[in-house]
Amino acid sequence: MSSFRENLRLALGTINSNKTRSVLTILGVVIGVTCVILIGSILTGMNRSITQSLEGFGVNNVFVQKMNMGPRNGRPSRSERTRKPISYENYEAVKEGCKVCSQVLLTIYGQTISKASYKSLEMLNPDFQGTYPNFPDVMNMSVRSGRMFTEGENSHSAAVCVIGNDVADTLFPGQDPIGKPVMVNEHTFEVIGVFEKKKQGSVGENSQDTTIAVPYETYRKMFPSNKEHFLAAQSMQGHLDEAVDQVRAALRRSRRDKYDEQDSFGIATAESFIEQFHALTGGVAAVMIVISSIGLLVGGIGVMNIMLVSVTERTREIGIRKAIGAKRHDITLQFLLEAAALTGLGGLIGILAGFMGAGIIKLISPDFPISVPLWGVAAGLIVSVSVGVFFGLWPAMKAARLDPVEALRYE
Amino acid sequence: MATANLEIKPTPVPPPAGVLIHTDDLWKTYQMGSTEIHAVQGVSISIRRNEYVAIMGPSGSGKSTLMNLIGCLDTPSKGAYWINNRLVSEMNDDELAYIRNKEIGFVFQTFNLLARATALHNVELPLIYNGTPADKRIERAKESLRLVDLAERMDHRPNELSGGQRQRVAIARALVNSPSLILADEPTGNLDSKTGVEIMALFDELHRQGNTIVVVTHEHDIAEYAHRVIQIRDGKVFKDEPTARAK
Repeated sequence: MSSFRENLRLALGTINSNKTRSVLTILGVVIGVTCVILIGSILTGMNRSITQSLEGFGVNNVFVQKMNMGPRNGRPSRSERTRKPISYENYEAVKEGCKVCSQVLLTIYGQTISKASYKSLEMLNPDFQGTYPNFPDVMNMSVRSGRMFTEGENSHSAAVCVIGNDVADTLFPGQDPIGKPVMVNEHTFEVIGVFEKKKQGSVGENSQDTTIAVPYETYRKMFPSNKEHFLAAQSMQGHLDEAVDQVRAALRRSRRDKYDEQDSFGIATAESFIEQFHALTGGVAAVMIVISSIGLLVGGIGVMNIMLVSVTERTREIGIRKAIGAKRHDITLQFLLEAAALTGLGGLIGILAGFMGAGIIKLISPDFPISVPLWGVAAGLIVSVSVGVFFGLWPAMKAARLDPVEALRYE
Repeated sequence: MATANLEIKPTPVPPPAGVLIHTDDLWKTYQMGSTEIHAVQGVSISIRRNEYVAIMGPSGSGKSTLMNLIGCLDTPSKGAYWINNRLVSEMNDDELAYIRNKEIGFVFQTFNLLARATALHNVELPLIYNGTPADKRIERAKESLRLVDLAERMDHRPNELSGGQRQRVAIARALVNSPSLILADEPTGNLDSKTGVEIMALFDELHRQGNTIVVVTHEHDIAEYAHRVIQIRDGKVFKDEPTARAK
């Protein structure tokens, strides 16, 4: 019996002596594997990026709003749109009912697009909201300069605001915003603080950097028609799941949801957002697998074709080998290994090309956390070698079954 | 595939000791459309160890078919064939491959070397297929090449060697496994007469060293080197007699 190593050396020698043909044959496999690696890297980058930016909102927080949260298909249903807004009473019920929540934050915001301006500079659609002094604490923000407003300013409805980093950059380029008046939706607020820039996660800017936060009571007084609330309940370390249950129970009781009905509100955690996003990228990955499978199938048929040609060309060689004692499985192994080495080489080249592609994307967009996933490398290698074994099997068996007398006579 | 045979097969009687090749009523029949062609028709021969035999016959006489049968490249349609006390006429493909590897060293008219492999690798090949470890393999292949006087050419590929040198590589390959039979098919057919004489001298030397040699040829000059000539006509043994050299 001939050894595996002997056959591998033989296979590499054959590939090496037919370079052009080998390269053309494995092109399909190379492209298929490159696609798998590249798309896998981009998906990994997107997952990381989304994880980073969602974790920026606080991993221990339970978020509540009227509408369901997370990626959705099309418009929300009618029953979802006609839900009652989250009310101040709901907020009090959550504060009362959630025993494992260290603090609960209430935020109020409007449905219309806001506009902020300072002198001639304008900023469209900042994240304008009325909130409480514990806002930075719960939302994982810190004040870079100036200060957060106080409970006293809130209860007196003071016209002050704390602005996000992007707002400061847009409206006050090159100057200190503290003490300057900023106009939002026809009302003037004095800037008393600027938030630290959030860690950049995803492609594009972080919405938290466009925040303009004013005291809750101030917002209520100036925009009495706005009723949309947003709740963020911070759970004690390690009690996130309990916090979700307790917040949900308190809200259902407070909003009088019937026991056989769904929640009349959306509830989510950073983790649940990430899971939803993973489900989405999983779908993309499935489509990718189908597409690259087609590439690999075409590549595999190419390999089979070349192997059949190779068997015919080398009929005499097979005859010689059989005459001097090669058994059927020796010949099968030889051709099978040749096909597998061929496609495995294609897989390796594809993986390298994938790494290079990912490197180029990294150069173009340094903020995007693209990364080649280990499963992609493993899948690329395993699949490419399997393609060779699968499509090489028939030609290899054909070679092994050749009659030595006929094969030796072949010209 | 042999056709179903309703007669009761007598158990083949093994040959007496000292006999290496023994055929008993050997037949090979080919189906050509609706007609049957009997290429070998009831050949019974015995070749003892260390004999030097030439099988002669004009083309179409069935001597090539007989050679394929003796070389275990083909299976008979009928009859029994022993080599080295093994009944090979009943063996399957892989068992025949094992016998070819262990018992037979082939020397072909067209050399049949692997074009892309060096002389050393060509000689190594039979040892690869019986699982000899690499270091031992190379040692024995070198030894075999030394025997045919080609040790200094072991890194050359066949196209870098002359015809005579190629045939000597093929002989080294045939010898490397110490087979019980060296089977040569027109070994000088592709060589000029001077080189042919050299090759035949090499066979003489191998015979003196105790090897059993069967040469298939249609040339009288070549057959004269052997000690016994078996003439084949129409698939049958026509004459079987010692040559002048036997004395």
